[in-house]
Amino acid sequence: MFAGLDMDIARGRVTAIMGPSGTGKTTLLRLITGQAVADSGSIQVAGTDMRTVRRADLYVLRRRMGMLFQNGALLTDLSVFENVAFPLREHTDLPERIIRQLVLTKLQAVGLRGAAPLMPGELSGGMTRRVALARAIVMDPDILIYDEPFVGLDPISMGVILRLIRRLNDALGLTSIVVSHNVQEITTVADTVFLLSGGKVVARGTPQELQSYPSDVVRQFVGGLPDGPVPFHYPAQDYFSELLAQGEVH
Amino acid sequence: MNLIRELWKSLIESLRGLGAITRFLLNLIAHTPRALVRFDLIVQQVYNSGALSLVIIMLSGLFVGMVLGLQGFQLLQRFGSEEALGTAATIGLVKELGPVVTALLFAGRAGTALASELGLMRATDQLSAMEMMAVDPIQRVVVPRFLGGVITMPLLAAIFSLIGIYGAQLVGVQIMGVDSGSFWSQMRASVDLRDVNEGIVKSCIFGVACSLIAVYEGYYAIPTAEGVGRATTRTVVTSAVVVLFLDYLLTAAFL
Repeated sequence: MFAGLDMDIARGRVTAIMGPSGTGKTTLLRLITGQAVADSGSIQVAGTDMRTVRRADLYVLRRRMGMLFQNGALLTDLSVFENVAFPLREHTDLPERIIRQLVLTKLQAVGLRGAAPLMPGELSGGMTRRVALARAIVMDPDILIYDEPFVGLDPISMGVILRLIRRLNDALGLTSIVVSHNVQEITTVADTVFLLSGGKVVARGTPQELQSYPSDVVRQFVGGLPDGPVPFHYPAQDYFSELLAQGEVH
Repeated sequence: MNLIRELWKSLIESLRGLGAITRFLLNLIAHTPRALVRFDLIVQQVYNSGALSLVIIMLSGLFVGMVLGLQGFQLLQRFGSEEALGTAATIGLVKELGPVVTALLFAGRAGTALASELGLMRATDQLSAMEMMAVDPIQRVVVPRFLGGVITMPLLAAIFSLIGIYGAQLVGVQIMGVDSGSFWSQMRASVDLRDVNEGIVKSCIFGVACSLIAVYEGYYAIPTAEGVGRATTRTVVTSAVVVLFLDYLLTAAFL
């Protein structure tokens, strides 16, 4: 899927990874988080080689990571409060009083302290994402990873998530990695943008630099053009000859 | 030639599947000691698999016992030995129908619930989210569900047999007029611990088989609506076939 992919993600900054659908952005996140193992090459996360890391060490490293999944991935049999408390209960022996304070603090940070007793099924898409974000930061991670955090959100929810990405990154001193193809939105909060296409990085720089990048792929992606280096049509035989041909439709 | 090739291919596939589920079972056993520390999670699953299946088990047990009472009475009447109805019904229930029918009902109620729950957790990234929170889903989610099923099955089978005996008594004694004293005394005289042990061993083994198949199918379900549906169906079909096959082997072993 990737060939000659070379990326450095700076500590303490918001880095956006963008690219057309199917370029392997989510796969890249899976490689960075150790959910998938690369066939070759090297992936270093906080000094750990993700290709050779042992399972126990991987779990230790993951305690320093938080991840926001596309759909939030809240545990549906637990309430909002218990979802956020889940990592604390699994990894610490903190007294209930401290757990309660920590959970309420994180829910307050995402504006959902009042939703603590609700079940995930009672939340809107934007609220689900915010609860998942509270859960992702409850262990005070060093690295926060967002997989398509704006998919299916209304403009208000999107604005809330955008503000939270920036605010949490600066307030908690995080390193944030955001995978998205929402060009306009993500460039308002990202410090650095990587644009992937065809299994490699085709552009890198600040959001401003990306706007005037001398590349057809970048121009098509940033401008939202339907046709270009990424073709509108899926590869097929000649249109008229297929229309005129006799036989079964494939 | 093609037929032989296809048969060979399906044999290899079956062996591969058997190897995969055996490895999965060994993995579950390896995680069991640490999962036992969180016994509250197992108790929760005993409630989900057991308590929530009680009504269907009790109703089925009652009807199966009543049918057994009717059929048994008719058959035994031909030989003038209706008093042996208690023995016949109890042995049939404790050794055979109790464990087997309970296992089939368990696969249909609790097994499908386990498979679809795990499949949906996979489809909605809940298992991946746990891994990302450095929580092993096998230990936190799968093992408690597996152990819950294993603990539940013998208890449900015992309840099924008990209610079944009551059903047989209801029809045999209350309706068909078999002498109550004969019914109970013959049963107590003829049914020994070996018969009960056979039922317990069977239900324990069926518990392992049904719970294993359910959690395996759910955990490895393709994360789509169709994939979860197929996993649920496979859970019922595979469990039924495996239970009946194991029942034959165990019955032969106890002879």
